[in-house]
Amino acid sequence: MRNALKHLSSKGKRGAWIAFVMLAIVLLALPFFTEELFGRGWVRIMDFALLYIMLALGLNIVVGYAGLLDLGYIAFFAVGAYCYALLGSPQLGLHLPFWIILPLGALLACLFGVLLGAPTLRLRGDYLAIVTLGFGEIIRIFLNNLNAPINITNGPQGISMIDPIRFGEFSLGNTHELLGLTFPSVHLHYYLFLFFTLLVIFISLRLEDSRIGRAWMAIREDEVAAEAMGINTRNIKLLAFAMGATFGGLAGGLFAGFQGFVSPESFGLTESISVLCMVVLGGMGNINGVLLGSMLLVVLPEALRHGSGPAQQLLFGKTLIDPESLRMLLFGLALITVMLWRPAGLWPSNQRRRELVAENDAAQL
Amino acid sequence: MTTPLELDINLLELSGVAKRFGGLSALSDISLHIRRGEIYGLIGPNGAGKTTLFNILTGLYQADSGRFTFNNMEYSGRCKPHVLAQAGIARTFQNIRLFANMTALENVMVGRHLRTSSGIWGALTRNATARAEEHAIVQHARALLSYVGIDRPHQTLAKNLSYGEQRRLEIARALATDPKLLALDEPAAGMNATETENLKELLLSIRASGITVLLIEHDVKFILGLCDRVAVLDYGKKIAEDVPEKIRCDPAVITAYLGTEPIIPAQAGIQS
Ligand SMILES: Nc1ncnc2c1ncn2[C@@H]1O[C@H](COP(=O)(O)OP(=O)(O)OP(=O)(O)O)[C@@H](O)[C@H]1O
Ligand SMILES: [Mg+2]
Repeated sequence: MRNALKHLSSKGKRGAWIAFVMLAIVLLALPFFTEELFGRGWVRIMDFALLYIMLALGLNIVVGYAGLLDLGYIAFFAVGAYCYALLGSPQLGLHLPFWIILPLGALLACLFGVLLGAPTLRLRGDYLAIVTLGFGEIIRIFLNNLNAPINITNGPQGISMIDPIRFGEFSLGNTHELLGLTFPSVHLHYYLFLFFTLLVIFISLRLEDSRIGRAWMAIREDEVAAEAMGINTRNIKLLAFAMGATFGGLAGGLFAGFQGFVSPESFGLTESISVLCMVVLGGMGNINGVLLGSMLLVVLPEALRHGSGPAQQLLFGKTLIDPESLRMLLFGLALITVMLWRPAGLWPSNQRRRELVAENDAAQL
Repeated sequence: MTTPLELDINLLELSGVAKRFGGLSALSDISLHIRRGEIYGLIGPNGAGKTTLFNILTGLYQADSGRFTFNNMEYSGRCKPHVLAQAGIARTFQNIRLFANMTALENVMVGRHLRTSSGIWGALTRNATARAEEHAIVQHARALLSYVGIDRPHQTLAKNLSYGEQRRLEIARALATDPKLLALDEPAAGMNATETENLKELLLSIRASGITVLLIEHDVKFILGLCDRVAVLDYGKKIAEDVPEKIRCDPAVITAYLGTEPIIPAQAGIQS
């Protein structure tokens, strides 16, 4: 993806254009192939993969670029999701249109990011991690308990019957016939999420290679040196927090509209950790790495869940280990292996730099 | 902060600056002034408080007491590092603090941060203003890299540069902030004779371009041969401040140095 974009900008080489068009076709046709080959359930998994990619890219700004360890990131996802759920469901009797609630949720999450960041960002390293962890839990516990005395969030039962994402009369919750093709709801969501994912990738790429992005990385590399060079570290870190939170809130809103149901359970510490794993496993600070990490960590566990039961049946004639526990086991094993063998992640960001060196040196000669 | 008066001949003035760490008095009652356009040396045995003084000048530490005036503005009391950088004090670090995983060019580009202004909007839209600014940053950074004599590919990661190059990269990064005062904490440490000679040329050229230089060095010969005036710290006190010729034969200085290491190099310097 990244390479495709980069090549495009470099004087529109024909080969690059062809690659780009091919990629676009593949991405557009992907849900149909997936459905054909693996069934509709997998298109749904792809939708979730896209949501996780958005989340991971948001967290990548905070952890990967600015180097701030945030263990409560899922709280911003929760804020976005509950904002959507409250303003578009029978819970409060409000049914605002999607194009209002989605930005509102992102904005609200951004605000929460600033609220959390302003007092805590002077903390460094482990201390910040602990505070953000606490923040994540506070949000979840609030959502869990805001059902009395006035029922706002409906407590642990969560909010259901959330309005589907709807553009005028066109609801993504229904199946549509277009140009002789049948688009089920999961396909439509796939395209919408793909659009937002590309948008988030675009924003990340632009930010990475900018004055602000450099300031983030300088803070990550050496905060003392960064402030001595005149970077207002507090503001720049706050900006990273706010940007990350905005992406989280955006993904949350989409999640609520897609799922039709939200409950505090979806926003626990394990979710924060999962997203963090995607960033770290793939390669902090590198968009390609983050994409790889999130896809692997969504797709592999699902594949295991679907595949391990039948495989065990075939091998042993019965299911020895519950697929769910096997999933967690292999998940942990994979993480440990990666951290032992490739501590900088599967696709570390230096790789990008090495590519750059090769390119630029070639250009200079 | 006070309103600017007429431009003073002194760029920096400290009076009665003190700093304690628990029971340890790292700096006590330091008063000195640095004139515009001079190369001012700061020497003293290990632990004398030289780096502590730098940290106060750059806002990393807060002085316990005393007045601190820079470029006719007062910066006593709490002052953030970026405010002092904005005012025109740039520094290097005794134990090199580059942005190790960023390229040499990016390191210097970060130094341009406070003299540029593109924000999120500029980054996302890459409008004409943002592009022009980015281009100017790159050009400026390139020029500074060759100015300090780093002729490796500019995309080399900072951590892969040689020691001497890293020291010079730190100077380039500091120069990128358009400083009025460039404070260098032991820039010649670990350099060989040729590199030290080149550094001397570089510092003279920086001074010639109108930047005042404040220099900590252990190489007494180097500092006495380069500086216009030198202050000597010992146990947090200023024991001497004068032109190099006088410093060489100052009895207090000789005693201070004999306490830890003999001032032989400097005396050898006198004889040769
Ligand atoms: N953050 C700190 N906390 C406690 N003590 C400190 C701190 N910074 C410096 N000191 C102490 O203050 C004294 C002066 O230290 P400083 O680093 O300024 O010395 P220096 O003159 O730069 O020495 P050197 O030549 O070894 O670099 C030392 O005794 C040091 O241990
Ligand atoms: Mg020192």
